[in-house]
Amino acid sequence: MSFPEFVLKHRVEIMTLSLEHLRLVLWSMMFSLLIGIPLGVLLARRPKLRAVVLGTSNVIQTIPSLALFGLLLPVPWLGVRADRLTITALTLYALLPIVRNTYNGIVGVDPSVLEVATGMGLTPRQILWNVEIPLASPIILGGVRVATVITIGVATIAAAIGAGGLGEFIFRGLAMVDNNIILAGAIPAGLMALVADGAIGLLQVASRWHR
Amino acid sequence: MKDHSDIAIEFDHVHYSVNGTRNLISGLNLAIRSHEILMLLGRSGSGKSTTLKLINRLLSPTEGEVRVNGCATHRWDPIQLRRSIGYAVQEVGLFPHYTVEGNVALIPKAEGWNRSRICGRVKEILSLVGLPYDQFARRYPHELSGGQRQRVGLARALAANPPILLMDEPFGALDPLTRAELQREFKLLQKRLGKTVVFVTHDVTEALLLGDRIALMENGASVGVFGPEEFLRSSDESVRAYVEILRSGFQLLNG
Repeated sequence: MSFPEFVLKHRVEIMTLSLEHLRLVLWSMMFSLLIGIPLGVLLARRPKLRAVVLGTSNVIQTIPSLALFGLLLPVPWLGVRADRLTITALTLYALLPIVRNTYNGIVGVDPSVLEVATGMGLTPRQILWNVEIPLASPIILGGVRVATVITIGVATIAAAIGAGGLGEFIFRGLAMVDNNIILAGAIPAGLMALVADGAIGLLQVASRWHR
Repeated sequence: MKDHSDIAIEFDHVHYSVNGTRNLISGLNLAIRSHEILMLLGRSGSGKSTTLKLINRLLSPTEGEVRVNGCATHRWDPIQLRRSIGYAVQEVGLFPHYTVEGNVALIPKAEGWNRSRICGRVKEILSLVGLPYDQFARRYPHELSGGQRQRVGLARALAANPPILLMDEPFGALDPLTRAELQREFKLLQKRLGKTVVFVTHDVTEALLLGDRIALMENGASVGVFGPEEFLRSSDESVRAYVEILRSGFQLLNG
């Protein structure tokens, strides 16, 4: 069977697994944004925490993904369901680029701009929302972009613990030594990563066009 | 006791030092009258900008007191103090991610004005500084010339109608013709608005042109405060150094 024929025949399953994959990625990205951006802002305010937090997330990043899944398996509430566990692990992976870029973006805002903002009578909260975050957004989005691509890639490993997603095809194809099956997982995942990269890249350009 | 009612800002034996070692301001006494333009003239490092920042409490004096409307700055709520003082600085002042309108409307918005009041005020203030609303409101700072940016900076500082205006070399980065144009317009504007203005410059001509009075600063203190005429005739050595610059300019012309 040629690859196009294979795709045509299994199109429903490919769609289902792609959506499953997307779901894992979206939940993980949502959590890592909700945790990562405030954490990055906090680090910019408390430089003493910087080494600890960035060090910890660096260490998490070096743990191989399969090992991280195994490591989280005995954790009571998490280990019960494969998707819970996967989303937790993916969130941890996505955290580092987001925290680091948020920190770098906020710290990189021109101090004289901040001084003017303070001198005008903006409160620290208004400065954060109206000045620091908008000016740091191209850099923050750069982190989100990297994190999203990593997450889409690592999510394929989730199939190993039964969380579904496009990794199902890849692992099945490897076991059956069938390239068609492997490609049916790898190509949609690759396309998803390319589309996400391009879309966030456009956002990044849009947030920078005023310079 | 002198009558303080027409004194808007007062420096009372003010010292300011960084880490207790570098004295940026040492023993500054200065009284700025309501509705006057007081020029702070001096070389780089003489403490002019630091003096401005002590007024809106970007910095707090190490010793002594700065009083705004008779009340020491450390007893003011800093946000309230700063919102009653317009602040215009050279070049970097505008927020690059906001349009002209966004920049000007920032403080009125923070003050919780309603939308129609903000819009009316932005139109009014932009036309006051010579920028027609329809033509400029939607532009971003990088789409403006240097002179236009300084006009927006001035409009933003005036937006919430503060009684006091601090200006830190606002025209410093402009070409001489544009600078002269803005100086002229600023002088006319001040005649209508009657703000209390503290204006930092290192340009003698600008100081003489705009100032009701000129405070000459040296090593973090005021050497003296002079009217423009007084300044030209003064026998003070530091003042004469400045007047000498003007004179040598003319001599060059006369051969």
